[in-house]
Amino acid sequence: MSSGDGASQSSSKKSKKPTYSRFTQQELPAFKPILTPGLIMAAFVFLGITFIPIGLSHLSASDNVVQLVDRYDEDCIPTYNSNPEEAHNKRIQYIRDASTNKTCVRTLIVPKKMRHPIFVYYQLDDFYQNHRRYVKSRNDEQYRNPSAERKTANCEPEAVNDDHEPIVPCGLIAWSLFNDTYSLLRNDVPLPINKKDIAWQSDKTHKFGSNVYPKNFQSRSLIGGATLNESIPLNQQDDLLVWMRTAALPSFRKLYGRIETDLEANEVIKVVIQNNYNTYTFNGKKKFVISTTTWIGGKNDFLGKVYITVGGASLFIAIAFISVYLVMPRPLGDPSYLSWNKNPPSN
Amino acid sequence: MISVCELLRMVDLEIMASQVTTASTINSLPLLPYYRSASLILVGNLKSLSAALKSSSRMESDSPIEINENSYQVHDFIWHSSSQRSVSSIQSIQSKTSRGHSVKEVSYGELGSKGVRHGSMGAESEAFSASYKEINDDDARLIYINDPEKTNEKFEFAGNSIRTGKYSILTFFPRNLFEQFHRVAYIYFLVIAILNQLPQLAVFGRGASIMPLAFVLLVTAIKDAYEDYRRHRSDKIENGRLAWVLVNEQFRQIRWKDIRVGEIIKVSLNETLPCDMVLLSTSDTTGVAYVQTTNLDGESNLKTRYAKQETQMKNLEDKKISGLIKCEKPNRNIYGFQANMDIDGKHISLGPSNIILRGCELKNTDWAIGVAVYAGRETKAMLNNSGAPSKRSRLETHMNREIIFLSIFLVVLCMIVSVCHGLWLGRHKDELELMQFYRKKDYSETEIEDYSYFGVGMEIFIVFLMSVIVFQIMIPISLYISMELVRVGQAFFMIRDNQMYDEASKSRFQCRALNINEDLGQIKYVFSDKTGTLTENKMEFQCASIGGVDHSRGEDSIEDERTGYPDQGDGHVLQPKMKVKVDQELLNLSKRKHTDEGKYVHDFFIALAACNTIVPLTVETSDPAVKWIDYQGESPDEQALVYAAAAYGFMLIERTSGHIVIDIQGKRQKFNVLGLHEFDSDRKRMSVILGCPDKTVKVFIKGADTSMFSIIDRSLNLNMLKATEAHLHAYSSKGLRTLVVGMRELSSSEFEQWQSSYETASTALMGRASLLRKVANNIEHHLSILGASGIEDKLQQGVPEAIESLRTAGIKVWVLTGDKQETAISIGYSSKLLTNQMTQIVINNNSTECCRKSLQDALAMCKNLTTDSDATSGGSGTGGNQLALIIDGTSLVYVLDTELEQQLFELARRCTVVLCCRVAPLQKAGIVALMKKRTDDMTLAIGDGANDVSMIQMADVGIGISGQEGRQAVMASDFAMGQFRFLVPLLLVHGHWNYQRMSYMILYNFYRNAVFVLVLFWYVLFTSFTLTTAITDWSSVLYSVLYTSVPTIVVGILDKHLSRTSLLKYPQLYGAGQRQESYNGKLFWATMLDTLWQSIAAFFIPLLAYWRSDVDGSSIGDLWTLGAVIMVNVHLAMDVTRWYWITHAAIWGSIIATFICVMVIDLLSFLAGYWAFFHIAKTELFWLCLLGITIGALVPRFVVKVFVERLRPNDIQIVREAEKFRSSRESQIEMNQIFDPSRR
Repeated sequence: MSSGDGASQSSSKKSKKPTYSRFTQQELPAFKPILTPGLIMAAFVFLGITFIPIGLSHLSASDNVVQLVDRYDEDCIPTYNSNPEEAHNKRIQYIRDASTNKTCVRTLIVPKKMRHPIFVYYQLDDFYQNHRRYVKSRNDEQYRNPSAERKTANCEPEAVNDDHEPIVPCGLIAWSLFNDTYSLLRNDVPLPINKKDIAWQSDKTHKFGSNVYPKNFQSRSLIGGATLNESIPLNQQDDLLVWMRTAALPSFRKLYGRIETDLEANEVIKVVIQNNYNTYTFNGKKKFVISTTTWIGGKNDFLGKVYITVGGASLFIAIAFISVYLVMPRPLGDPSYLSWNKNPPSN
Repeated sequence: MISVCELLRMVDLEIMASQVTTASTINSLPLLPYYRSASLILVGNLKSLSAALKSSSRMESDSPIEINENSYQVHDFIWHSSSQRSVSSIQSIQSKTSRGHSVKEVSYGELGSKGVRHGSMGAESEAFSASYKEINDDDARLIYINDPEKTNEKFEFAGNSIRTGKYSILTFFPRNLFEQFHRVAYIYFLVIAILNQLPQLAVFGRGASIMPLAFVLLVTAIKDAYEDYRRHRSDKIENGRLAWVLVNEQFRQIRWKDIRVGEIIKVSLNETLPCDMVLLSTSDTTGVAYVQTTNLDGESNLKTRYAKQETQMKNLEDKKISGLIKCEKPNRNIYGFQANMDIDGKHISLGPSNIILRGCELKNTDWAIGVAVYAGRETKAMLNNSGAPSKRSRLETHMNREIIFLSIFLVVLCMIVSVCHGLWLGRHKDELELMQFYRKKDYSETEIEDYSYFGVGMEIFIVFLMSVIVFQIMIPISLYISMELVRVGQAFFMIRDNQMYDEASKSRFQCRALNINEDLGQIKYVFSDKTGTLTENKMEFQCASIGGVDHSRGEDSIEDERTGYPDQGDGHVLQPKMKVKVDQELLNLSKRKHTDEGKYVHDFFIALAACNTIVPLTVETSDPAVKWIDYQGESPDEQALVYAAAAYGFMLIERTSGHIVIDIQGKRQKFNVLGLHEFDSDRKRMSVILGCPDKTVKVFIKGADTSMFSIIDRSLNLNMLKATEAHLHAYSSKGLRTLVVGMRELSSSEFEQWQSSYETASTALMGRASLLRKVANNIEHHLSILGASGIEDKLQQGVPEAIESLRTAGIKVWVLTGDKQETAISIGYSSKLLTNQMTQIVINNNSTECCRKSLQDALAMCKNLTTDSDATSGGSGTGGNQLALIIDGTSLVYVLDTELEQQLFELARRCTVVLCCRVAPLQKAGIVALMKKRTDDMTLAIGDGANDVSMIQMADVGIGISGQEGRQAVMASDFAMGQFRFLVPLLLVHGHWNYQRMSYMILYNFYRNAVFVLVLFWYVLFTSFTLTTAITDWSSVLYSVLYTSVPTIVVGILDKHLSRTSLLKYPQLYGAGQRQESYNGKLFWATMLDTLWQSIAAFFIPLLAYWRSDVDGSSIGDLWTLGAVIMVNVHLAMDVTRWYWITHAAIWGSIIATFICVMVIDLLSFLAGYWAFFHIAKTELFWLCLLGITIGALVPRFVVKVFVERLRPNDIQIVREAEKFRSSRESQIEMNQIFDPSRR
């Protein structure tokens, strides 16, 4: 930008002495931090003594989480003793056949006492809910507003049914709604799973309409996942709402429900699974998870390790710094260290 | 009769013959661009050429001239080739008066970037050729005087209304956009935005992708619109001014914009010219008009313009005048004009002295009447209305190299993504149809087709383009805008710096170029002019040698309040405006007219008062009884001499073209000026022929010693001559500028002979200048010497200290001057440039061979010296074996542009000081170019006069001194200031700051954008390479525009690691910039390594902390956004060395603003991430992650920083510590006086 002209014009016109101000002379009062050895040591020691406790408490919190993970997708499908390709096709046929009974019972043993609320999740691995084509395939306006049901932009190829009627809710995400169901038996007594309030309140009130009802959903030949009860408005379909919050990573859990009673150690839990969801086409894994939570969420000790590493490293650096300081002390601001004083030009 | 052509050929042969001895030089001469300009003059072959001209002019007088083009080419060749040998013609004394010529060379010569359309011919040769050259009808414009309708029949000439505004309301948007898109960066921006509009590639929301570009365009457009509005406003005022124009034989007032070409315009005293016009008549009977060209070229002295006698006589109001002017097409050469005028059947040629240009002011002349020839935008003033050529800073050039690395990096990232995507597709190609998250097949139609699937190859390509869009900010476009803003801020501080304000000329520092601020911190060579730059160019008459007696001002010098002899003739006391200290003894002597000595003194001062082109102006003062006489003239030396004469009682009070009035000791005497041979740079003297009151006719001559001693009659008074010569030597070794004055009484026959030839010459149509020169040469001989004067050119204040500082800072100061060697050396000593410990190498030769030999000797010598003492380290310090090279212009002729250049460079590089004396303007540029071509070091040229323009434009940084010599240098410069000593705060303080700030800012900007791109990139690896971004579109866009931009700009403008005091106390600190310590390849790669680590920390800490959890994309996206922004801002905070409240506000404010923006984005229910932030911010894990990112990412950097500062501290670091912990003791001691003008 050539504003040079302007600058020179204005300055030549009023060629007065610039008025003095600490700002224009760049002499504003300022804090000039200098990293003195004391300050540096204090900083590292402080980092060490704060980070290590945080890390430890994180680790212990993660340790206290009790979780049961059961991968069932391999075991809940008949084994076909033929060549792999054929077996793969047979599995797909099996899973896509709506008429067969796909009930599957898994038995789990509670390792430790689990206090309520205990969260029930399903976990999918290698399912790219963050795939670009997938993430974009939705239309929030249609979900929110009953009059916008024809707004199916971005929803292809699940925008309209064969009669060109709009699908509500449209888009690939809704279409592929997870449809395995779980019911629990504790000591052969049904253990209720509370499926209330598993979706975000904000989604219920603002993102999905209370008067938008599913329409033409899963009405086409290719069924991606669950069907929806057309008499329940979208914002009451908690499973849909949870599913529509697309996961960040290709391995993810989604909340299925809560168990509101404590589980004692060594109790036997039977999980009755309706194994409907097709992850076999792309070799995705399905897992059933029940887990308690603490203040750090689920079981994950990574951050704790990070904190302990950083804290430990800080303490180590502090020690290293002290030894460097003791071996090679350098007074601050000593002019004799200036390059031109160190090696003066020889005469 | 021999034709002129043949004659010229004879001359040519003669020259050839005389050149045999120096044949080798001659052959190479036409290749010397510096000497191709014709304004340099013949010396060696002057005699032969003037002989030829003599005979040719004789023929001219009695025969109509028919000259074919060839002869003139021949002539031109002679002129050029022989002028190349005229090195000794470089002026010692009056070089400044030939400024008009040098300007031409500079602006339009070989070095000028504006092309050579207007020729590189000097004024003399132009004048010479102008008179005979018929203007081709195709290239001419015809102006019918007083008939604007006929003149502009075809409506092809511009009206006089001007429009400096670039745009009108209608054209603003298209034109402004067009201009803005000249910047490559913007085109990159635009292409990306357009790509993003394609449905297949739409990565960002369409609005989001356009926004940054739109924002930048809008800001620039608003700025441009405002500037344009100001221009429109001033245009309106300008167009509405009134002028007197002849309409129906009566002068009427009309507005400027209505003036048409061909109209006759009358301008009164002190009025501004509305358009370019050819003078027809003036109030002065001889047709002289004085104009001031301050608005045009900034020179404040008066210039004379003439109306032709043929038109001067006419009474325009009574008689309808008609005529035809044929002149050249409008061009921007303000020193040239060619035209012919046909009036009353006479054919008159017009030259540059017959035209007055728009923007000039009429002075000292009651009225002037002229005919408009160029109007409006075709006036020379408007055609010249362009800014200084833009330069690109060193840092930016280096930055562009790194930008290329970043581009490569960008392409690599995109390739990785697209190839991986291709592999992924290949691996899953059997599964794509049913995969819920891919759905290759579209079953919605009866016929099943692929849905948005174009085959692997095409998909790879699309993903590549999409990744370019996503990763676009790897090329930090916002950096360009930030740099502009930072430079504006830096310029603001430089302009406002009180220490660079010149009290004397009341001028502030000026930033004329905004894009090379940071170059000021890397200067290695300073090329300085002497006169007006190191010295004040306020000439002061110091001493005189009159009649062989030295009248140096001794102890008894007095400053008489009543200096001079106030003239009380008309009831006013006239006093010279400037007081001069007088030597009492000489004053007494001057009153004793009848002694022998007194007579010399009398004639000497008459010569000083008369032999000049000074115009005395009477100025009212506050005291009504006193009037000041202000001497206006082109040469400051002449002014000094006239003031001196006035002080000794020889006061020039009136000058018309016919006579002058000198008040001699209170008595007014009128001298008729019978003839005046103006100064020209080949004679190097001027003479005036006066008819004295006692009826004698005398010729007074003053000039440079070399030219004067050759024409002084040595038979007369040899002792006196010897004495004068000795005095001259003494004066010049004191650093004074010397002039020799002589006179001769003319016998009546001699006078008559002269008069007739003078008249012939001055009315000659062809070759007038050379004819006049010949006449002058005929009369200027056999002089008796009157004496010599010594004028002091005072050193500017603070110059020695400034030079000392610069040298300590490791900057080599070269002085390039037109002065004589002795003068230059003496100034060198007084300015502490040269010291007694230095070994001087003087190269003063006049042949290639000699030059080669002395260069070799010198090189050998200095190699010896440097091996003895290892003085190569840094070149700073005050070691004993410093070398000073003194080389003169003559030698440079044989060195520059030959193979000897390399040797000179080798030699000069080893020398601490280089002094070039007697160099021509273009040689100055040549020397600068010599260094610029061969080293990477930055060069700075500083000068004040038109003769420095070429070097100012050539150097990396050009600085103009807004001093006595007009504004030519300022106009061509990048920065302008009042005094040489301001160079110290400018370079050592502002340059240092600018460089440090800018280099840090560039590195930081690379880092902050790359970190963000890498965070996006890592995520893409987890989305089956499909370029999903967890970070929302809006945050990606706002990241570089809002989240992180303000702090870097604020820090770029305000942060300073060292205070002014320390920087001035330790000039050596400047070396950091020269050694490119703050921005270099190593730092760049280190920064990139750091960037890689930080991006890994910022991405993978949240990723792994939330691995296999039920976190959704938007929530973790918010975490990544905030993590990156906090990390980047804390990184900056870590490096800030000075925390003002503004810095706090900017850095912490940016973080807060980011939080607010993220919240606002998550409050928009139509976006996928609705409420995500509020969900995730409720969890402790989120905050632990933020803390973990910030600390984990920055600890390595902090550790490296701490250990480097501790173990290998650089000078800046140490001084910074000293500033903090030792300042209480040592503060304020070092406020060296040179840096504080108020104390002097």
